[in-house]
Amino acid sequence: MTHATDPALPVSTENGSLLRQDARTRRRNAAETRFKLYGVIAISIGLLMLVTLVTTIVSNGSGAFRQSFVTLDVELLESKLDKTGDRDLEQIKKVSTFGYAPLINGAFETLAAEQGVETALSAKEMGEILSKDAAAQLRDYVLANPDRIGTTAEFTFLANSRVDGYMKGRVSRDSIQNDKNISVEQLDFVDQLVNLGLIEKKFNPAFILGADASDQRPEAAGFGVSMIGSLFMMLVVLVLSLPIGVAASIYLEEFAPKTWWTDVIEVNISNLAAVPSIVFGILGLAVFINTMHLPMSAPLVGGMVLTLMTLPTIIISTRAALKAVPPSIRDAALGIGASRMQSVFHHVLPLAAPGILTGTIIGLAQALGETAPLLLIGMVGFVASNAPDGIVAGLLDPNSAMPAQIYEWAKRADPAFYERAWGGIIILLVFLVAMNTIAVILRRRFERRW
Amino acid sequence: MPFHWLILILIALGAAGYLAGRKRALASADGDVRQLHSLPAYYGWNVVISTLVPALGALVLWLVLQPLLIENRVSNLLPQELIPEGSSAGLVMSDVRRLATGLDKAVAENVLTAQQANSMRPELSDIRARLGEVGVALGSDVRPEVMRAAQAYRRATASGTRLMGFCVLGLAIIGLVLSVSRTSRDFWARNAVERAVMALLIAAASIAILTTLGIVLSMLFETRNFFSLHSWTDFFFGTTWAPNFRGDSELSILPLLWGTLYISFIALAVAVPIGLFAAIYLSEYAGKATRSFAKPLLEILAGIPTIVYGLFALLTVGPMLVNFFGRGSDGVLGVDWMAGATSVLTAGVVMGIMLIPFVSSLSDDIISAVPQSLRDGSFGLGATRSETIRQVVLPAALPGIVGAILLAASRAIGETMIVVMGAGAIAKFSLNPLESMTTITTRIVSQLTGDTDFASPETLVAFALGLTLFVLTLGLNILALYIVRRYREQYE
Repeated sequence: MTHATDPALPVSTENGSLLRQDARTRRRNAAETRFKLYGVIAISIGLLMLVTLVTTIVSNGSGAFRQSFVTLDVELLESKLDKTGDRDLEQIKKVSTFGYAPLINGAFETLAAEQGVETALSAKEMGEILSKDAAAQLRDYVLANPDRIGTTAEFTFLANSRVDGYMKGRVSRDSIQNDKNISVEQLDFVDQLVNLGLIEKKFNPAFILGADASDQRPEAAGFGVSMIGSLFMMLVVLVLSLPIGVAASIYLEEFAPKTWWTDVIEVNISNLAAVPSIVFGILGLAVFINTMHLPMSAPLVGGMVLTLMTLPTIIISTRAALKAVPPSIRDAALGIGASRMQSVFHHVLPLAAPGILTGTIIGLAQALGETAPLLLIGMVGFVASNAPDGIVAGLLDPNSAMPAQIYEWAKRADPAFYERAWGGIIILLVFLVAMNTIAVILRRRFERRW
Repeated sequence: MPFHWLILILIALGAAGYLAGRKRALASADGDVRQLHSLPAYYGWNVVISTLVPALGALVLWLVLQPLLIENRVSNLLPQELIPEGSSAGLVMSDVRRLATGLDKAVAENVLTAQQANSMRPELSDIRARLGEVGVALGSDVRPEVMRAAQAYRRATASGTRLMGFCVLGLAIIGLVLSVSRTSRDFWARNAVERAVMALLIAAASIAILTTLGIVLSMLFETRNFFSLHSWTDFFFGTTWAPNFRGDSELSILPLLWGTLYISFIALAVAVPIGLFAAIYLSEYAGKATRSFAKPLLEILAGIPTIVYGLFALLTVGPMLVNFFGRGSDGVLGVDWMAGATSVLTAGVVMGIMLIPFVSSLSDDIISAVPQSLRDGSFGLGATRSETIRQVVLPAALPGIVGAILLAASRAIGETMIVVMGAGAIAKFSLNPLESMTTITTRIVSQLTGDTDFASPETLVAFALGLTLFVLTLGLNILALYIVRRYREQYE
């Protein structure tokens, strides 16, 4: 009995040629191509998601930076604003924004008459195409320039969010059928004003620099105050986490003896890095707010919570940077009589500084985008309407933060706020990209290979 | 004495101490640095450290302890019957605190004199209106007991703060005098300074431990409170999540856990195949150019804040899915399976996108760590690349890949923003991925935001949920790290 014809083995065909693949080789090669293709598809899906995400953000958010403005000549009637006529500021202040609304409505009426705009709208309905902010804006102007009462001045008012949506194509005549805030006639009126060049879309710096506004005025909401809140939080994070993180890493990397205690610390740090961020929020709520009675919604508390979250990141990268400094540096310093402390602080630390800085910036960027813990310490749910006046107020007064503000806008029902949420994301991502770029540049420029 | 003055004086004392210590050391060596044991600056720093460290330590301790002690004393002043039904001593105490800060503010803005603030009686004067003048709004009329408690609170705080100033400054001056008097040319100043610095380093390293302890203790404490108000059997084994702020709620973790696991499962079903194949391609097939371009781009996905993914889920993916699976005859498929934009699928898919780079870069590292000799051996036997990968590289890398997947799973379970915005708020057991469901993290957020009363089980349940989440993710992490570490040891 011979084993020469084992049917399981491929029988070399009699007329076989190296140049012609047999069926099995073809199958194996096809499997190879398929497998490779899966890899290409997987990477393409990943990259496609990235592209989709970025295009979604840019296409939805870029609109927030441009806003529709209405140019209007308003006659500042003395009879309404300053009945006594003596320009007494106290008297003028008594006129509330309700007193100013008729002036704007009147201005529209004059405009319609002068320019020959045909509309069946009443003056009040015409005035409704402006933001509810317009009267306040007019009042602020009059209080700042009381001598202009009695004259006619040209103003640029924010248009109502519905009108703005119409200008941007978000709102159409069909979509407003059940909308009580705007009517088809008002849109016709807007069309005529656009033809006259009185309504146009312009870059709106108030979105980047201004304060949040209430539910009713999406067109006036801005991102600036929450940026200040984030800035103060990042200051707290930087001031606390950099020294503590560097000190902890120096101890663990340079001095710590191998005992159970240092083992416990090390395991702890690597586990803390993976604790869900919301757990840090619970900690902040229980310890900083309930036990220590620090104020709710304060950037100081937010910064402290984010510090605890960022510390593991900073410690891990600082230890890597310290480890990258070759032992010969330490030996040389010790050899000429430096103490261990001196060798670390005078030689190793400066050499590791670029790496530490890179890690810190990356940690800060992570903290800047973190939202979940901020929800628990109350940095959402109110309108951050004023910029803080001073450092103490900046740290202790309630404020929002960039991601918290985005969340807040996303929760409001009006689609006009969605556009602002996407716009806020663009600003947030610009910060993150800038920080990461700086980190990469630092690494490229200063990192030394030994 | 205002707080910032205290700090300024301490800084001035420190600076003076530095100069004094240095000068005294130099004088003891007749100006010859070589006679000194340490460099002159160390003598200065030694004085600074012994001046400031005890003083600042006492300051921090005092600031933490004083409110606790005063709180305790003042709340004993409040009669029990003052605490209304269904409310807690904490609420009354917060009234007391608000009143006390209001009085402080009124005195600071000269609406009241210090004398008036201390002797004012709510029966006789309208304290609410007076405080309204300085912008402190009080919820209701002030009861005499609360007013007296607030005045006691103010008195105790004022005297405590005064005492604190004396103690802190006293400690600083004692430290200064002692350390300056100890300074001489034979004093080992460098060693003393280095010992102190070392203590600071150790303290910094221990903060990580303190954080963990803080997390565990704060949650354990409140969880214990929760279980004293609510039965633990219902929490762990009940089947209904129905919080009811008038009491009598059913608070069970199981439906939430189901939602969490279902969403995490979908996320992993998206992320693992894509991430794994991407890692295989990048480490085994891709050329240097492709690798250096595709890897960082994929990792950008991990650097995008989760709020962005949340918004993406809520406003882009959710409506898109509704377009496919919902809206009846208007939809793409003409079916009506999906009612709203929030669903398990929405949150799961978006979370999956977020997790792709986690799986891919971890697996990439692990696959690259498989020794080349294994591949060479397989190639030598005539295997193709894909056969080598499937039959040699992947089995060798499997423990590490499992570790990576477990890490991604722990990430998915703890993820908050995507599920808060994309998953919905209905707790239920259902297999339909197009329905909205809720997760542990979502419920923590909703139970702890807004007005919360830390005496009701509806609020405290969040801590029990948080503790469960913490234990769950910690367990997954430890398991993952253990698997990865064991695997690494094999080849090193």
